Amino acid sequence: MTVIETPDHAEDDVDAAALTVLPDVEFDTAPDRYRHFKLDIDGEVATLTLTVDEDGGLVPGYQLKMNSYDLGVDIELYDAVQRLRFEHPRVRAVVLTGGLERMFCAGANIRMLAQSSHAWKVNFCKFTNETRNGIEDATANSGQTWIAALNGTAAGGGYEIALACEQIVLIDDGSSTVSLPELPLLGVLPGTGGLTRVVDKRLVRKDRADLFATRPEGYRGATAVQWGLVDATVPRNSFAQDIARRAHEAAAASPRTGTQGVELAPLDRRETDAEISYPYVIARLNRSARRAEITVQGPAARPPADAAGVLALGVGYWPMAVTRALDDLILRLRTNETELGTWVLRTEGDTDLVLAYDAQLRELGDDWFVNEMVHFYKRTLKRLDVTSRSLIAVIEPGSCFAGLLLELALACDRQYMLDGVYEDVDPAAEPATIVLTESNDGPYPMGNGLARLQSRFWGRDELSSEAMAKAGQRLGAQACDAAGLVTAALDDIDFEDELRIVLEERASLSPDALTGMEANHRFVGPETMETKIFGRLTAWQNWIFIRPNASGPGGALRRFGTGQRGDYDYRRV
Amino acid sequence: MTTESRTGPAPAPTGPLSSIDYSEQIPNNVNLAGDRRLQRALEGWQPKFLDWWKALGPALPTKDVYLRTAIAVGRDGWAHFAHVPMEQYRWGIFLAERNPDRAVSFGKHKGEPAWQQVPGEHRAALMRLIVVQGDTEPASVEQQRLLGATSPSIYDLRNLFQVNVEEGRHLWAMVYLLHAYFGREGRAEAEQLLKRNSGDLDAPRILGAFNEETTDWLQFFMFTYFTDRDGKYQLGTLKESAFDPLARTCEFMLKEEAHHMFVGTTGVQRIVKRTAELMKSRGTADIFGCGGIPLQVIQKYLNFQFSVSMDLFGSEQSTNAGNYYSSGLKGRWQETRRKDDHVLLDEVRTMTYVENGEFREKEVPVLSALNLDLRDEYVADCANGVRRWNQELEDAGLDDRLVLPHEGFNRRVGVYAGHHVSPNGEVLDDAAWQACVDGWLPSAADRQAVASLMVPEYEYGKFAGWIAAPQTGINDQPVEFDYVHLAEEGIA
Repeated sequence: MTVIETPDHAEDDVDAAALTVLPDVEFDTAPDRYRHFKLDIDGEVATLTLTVDEDGGLVPGYQLKMNSYDLGVDIELYDAVQRLRFEHPRVRAVVLTGGLERMFCAGANIRMLAQSSHAWKVNFCKFTNETRNGIEDATANSGQTWIAALNGTAAGGGYEIALACEQIVLIDDGSSTVSLPELPLLGVLPGTGGLTRVVDKRLVRKDRADLFATRPEGYRGATAVQWGLVDATVPRNSFAQDIARRAHEAAAASPRTGTQGVELAPLDRRETDAEISYPYVIARLNRSARRAEITVQGPAARPPADAAGVLALGVGYWPMAVTRALDDLILRLRTNETELGTWVLRTEGDTDLVLAYDAQLRELGDDWFVNEMVHFYKRTLKRLDVTSRSLIAVIEPGSCFAGLLLELALACDRQYMLDGVYEDVDPAAEPATIVLTESNDGPYPMGNGLARLQSRFWGRDELSSEAMAKAGQRLGAQACDAAGLVTAALDDIDFEDELRIVLEERASLSPDALTGMEANHRFVGPETMETKIFGRLTAWQNWIFIRPNASGPGGALRRFGTGQRGDYDYRRV
Repeated sequence: MTTESRTGPAPAPTGPLSSIDYSEQIPNNVNLAGDRRLQRALEGWQPKFLDWWKALGPALPTKDVYLRTAIAVGRDGWAHFAHVPMEQYRWGIFLAERNPDRAVSFGKHKGEPAWQQVPGEHRAALMRLIVVQGDTEPASVEQQRLLGATSPSIYDLRNLFQVNVEEGRHLWAMVYLLHAYFGREGRAEAEQLLKRNSGDLDAPRILGAFNEETTDWLQFFMFTYFTDRDGKYQLGTLKESAFDPLARTCEFMLKEEAHHMFVGTTGVQRIVKRTAELMKSRGTADIFGCGGIPLQVIQKYLNFQFSVSMDLFGSEQSTNAGNYYSSGLKGRWQETRRKDDHVLLDEVRTMTYVENGEFREKEVPVLSALNLDLRDEYVADCANGVRRWNQELEDAGLDDRLVLPHEGFNRRVGVYAGHHVSPNGEVLDDAAWQACVDGWLPSAADRQAVASLMVPEYEYGKFAGWIAAPQTGINDQPVEFDYVHLAEEGIA
């Protein structure tokens, strides 16, 4: 990790951003390297204990006191969530608790937030939100029920982690509380779904939610239980016992199967200044054009015969390898390459082989490992959906946009398909085709709960049905164009130039406006908790972050800890 | 020969000998044979162009016309003359020779190498500029299609057709750019250039002045003098463009445009000369009765054409124009000869406007007033022709003079729109304007009277009674030369 200079008193966001050389963030970690978490496995119950190393901040300039967290802490949490799902098939309940006395977790570190650039804060919130969603996904789809054992106060982001768990138990010690103090203390919103989950998931009444979110000290157990903020409050002497009971009950109800886990071995990643590559995924970084050219390669061989064969391959199984690489790549590009505003997605490989794997993921859907992979790929695609980059799919001869890989193209803002071949390059090539399968009709939903194909044809179900009626067929450029599956099908006379102009034009537009536009267009149709968090909450929060009332010299976020309150401009906007 | 003080006579061909591929359907110096994409696109467009030419080009049937054909940009002749059937005119694609060291001379990209490709960032704006320019070229052909039937001479008929075929070639030049650099959207726009038609209610030309009917030859000459001159100035700004193919295209078009200026300048001059002769010999200004066009009517036509052409420059203050300039898309007239920083971020100038019934001046940023800058250049240029016309009056011993009306006269666009300004620059109220306007702009009766003089004269060397003969012919040929062979000989 790069050691950087941070000014003692960052005057405002712009200065902080300009003066702070942000480190390149690595997302690789493992339990034996955790600085902030301890993962204990006891049969079907795992316990994840948060004891933040005060001096273990990712960036200098702040101390992670009172179990407060930064991106580095959350990277470990994400790693733990992933490993529990893949490496521990026997674990059916996860207890999340704190390792400090009287303080479960104080939330995101305020000094860290105060000194961070706007982009850093936004990216931090996005990643932490995705991790919280991953916790809920484990409960819902892996038979791994998360239980928050709040052995002390859970404030702000600390309570929001608890909200992501299926059950919340608060110690009844006469002083520990749950709270969302962001608004009254910092002049910002809880950034990881707190407001949304309180009303949408915990079903707390609007007026009580209002009281809760404006009362910095929060509520102790009795009120918290009465209002639904927590499920139970338990005295210290029976706390451990109650948690254990809940964990075992949840485990008993879990449908999770599997005995032998799959080790998440370190990724085989190669990096230069111009390229990040993994087996099956390569990203070329074109800095002058401000874009990343990402190519996903199809499998080299047919899939193994059965679930045992799949398990034996583990992280080497093609869909697993592709997903891990994409997940890591998305996170790295998002965090470390903010100037690469356009991602161009291509695939290359044998469509038949892709289809064979695509079919196998469905056929072996009851297998725990295959199930985990499908959900992992689903979450990775969702990461793509909420990525603030322009996504352009390029479909050329030699590509293999079929089934699960076609989801990548459908996640893009636009799809350009070559009609025919590059006459001057390879006149004998097979023209590109795409293939729809059942994978495009449900198993990889977006945050709005819809398949990408349904989202594409929102409100026009007949178009999705017509497209799905062609499932299994190899659809050429004209057919894709007619079915509305691509933005443009162009022959080689136009293709290159059109694409060049499209990409150059895109790169010249306001990145902020593009992010806003893309987010608006990508999520059609129904609202879900996820779309509310990534849309409504995030947009409001980002607005509040850049307002002087939060981040100006007299803003509450800046002033926190100085003994002065925020100096607000009281005009409503 | 022209005496345009700003452009000078059409320049003598210079530069290296260029190689022309005559075997191709489309003469060009852009290596069309080596560009599969462009070739296919243009070959697809050419039949549509010919259909358009047959349907909306000159209506008078001719066998052939003595035309200048651009067959090269180099010294072996962009001024090549021969009798050719008009539908076989070799509309080709010619760009001025490329200067490999050319750099952008203004705006934020100043000093960077000129662009050989359209930057995606400026695709939309560049395409719009080219489409608007391209739209005017066929428009005037459409406006003038019936004029052949009333031509005052074979000599003038030939000049009309020369203007028409060159406007057609200018359309080709813009279509080339659309096809070569703007992909399928460019091709779609190129087709639209043929689908919009002058005066068509459903699909009119983009700019208003190009939907007005050209009713008679006096208007044709005025149009060629004033409105084509607007085109010349627009081309002059595009000639400075950072997008090199556009700059080179417009540079070559400007050479051809000089001929149109010549037709307008000398056309009006010959009418004024004839009017002066008649006024002198008859001792009256009212010469309609003896087959001439009264000077007052000429002044009204001038007032009209000048004012509608002024509108073509757009609003005095324009964000678009400033953006085009800063982005390097469109420069100023004679950009490289201007003695300033060519970035203009801090420059200001004064602008006249009307407030409370009087003219006021205010300071505005130059960058916001580039349309005004160009229009000022244009007005100065227009004054030259008027001086030249007045020379005929002076030579005839007459005290009457033609004048350019005030810049605020009869304006529909910009700061003067919504105000009434008289030709000599008084701000008027509605009633005063209505009382006088028929004395300033051609009335229906004026147009009718002029139209009644428009009878064809197809005999070689003869001229209609309302216009004097030119002093010399075209390309050193005599005035009575058989410049046009009509389809049915003996019609004259």
